[in-house]
Amino acid sequence: MFYGIDLSSRLMLGTAQYPSPEILKQAIAASGAEVITVSLRREGAEGVAFREILGACGCRILPNTAGCNSAREAVTTAQMARELFGTNWIKLEVIGHADTLQPDPFALVEAAQILCSEGFEVFPYTTEDLIVGEKLIEAGCGALMPWGAPIGSAQGLRNPDALRSMRAHFPDIPLVVDAGIGAPSQAAQAMEMGFDAVLLNTAVAKALDPVGMARAFGLAVEAGFSGHRSGLMHKRDMAVASTPVFGMAELA
Amino acid sequence: MEVELNGVRVNTAARTLAALLDEQRFEAKTVATAINGDFVPLSLREASRLTEGDKIEVLAPMQGG
Repeated sequence: MFYGIDLSSRLMLGTAQYPSPEILKQAIAASGAEVITVSLRREGAEGVAFREILGACGCRILPNTAGCNSAREAVTTAQMARELFGTNWIKLEVIGHADTLQPDPFALVEAAQILCSEGFEVFPYTTEDLIVGEKLIEAGCGALMPWGAPIGSAQGLRNPDALRSMRAHFPDIPLVVDAGIGAPSQAAQAMEMGFDAVLLNTAVAKALDPVGMARAFGLAVEAGFSGHRSGLMHKRDMAVASTPVFGMAELA
Repeated sequence: MEVELNGVRVNTAARTLAALLDEQRFEAKTVATAINGDFVPLSLREASRLTEGDKIEVLAPMQGG
């Protein structure tokens, strides 16, 4: 449940960098995603076609504050997005460094406090830092979005142990691994670890066949989610025969 | 008066934000607006008076990740 909304697909898909609006439309459908992320920018040439896709795809819109470097910019962007998209949901990004696109945790918490007090339902893009997570929850966030790896890097889960700790530390908070996912196996890994959803963009949009890759990610997320819910077996140091010994013939 | 509209200097006869959007042929309901970094809701555009050098942002839905 994300702010009271139950989703059947645990994949959230970004809408940037696709070869064409038509391929974006097909990719959203193939992925099975029910939540797509969008941004706000100065009106460009593709604006009209894009708005039509948003209306037609039937997905819940998660606007972002991508590119914002200060709490003030992010808050204003969120306010503009709420009016335009008619949703309280906001993927809050406050970037602290141009090379890593790492969130600025201090500005993030500050912006989250303001937005939560204004009735926004905030999905903060954060690091796997537990204390920052706690501060975001205290600010009123009902979900957290830890990074898998730097945005667009395709490095997958760079710090799986810390992500596992985060999952254990916030058992009742919806957690979405956002950013850095490059392959379906990495998305499945996050879901197997018990994360509630995965958000990605570039790995699908920049694939040779974005529609095929969207389908692959949809399947991987579903597989990982089912795997986690079904109870994964633990690693063992030694082999344990799976075929029963009982009834074995004496042939030696 | 001169204002900065989406990063471009514009000479305008408009005195309010609503009039500026109209003059610059924006579709009022498909954009969100800010003046000097502060959000201006649709309902307040008529009442938002422009002053020389204001920085105005007019934003629309765009692709994002």
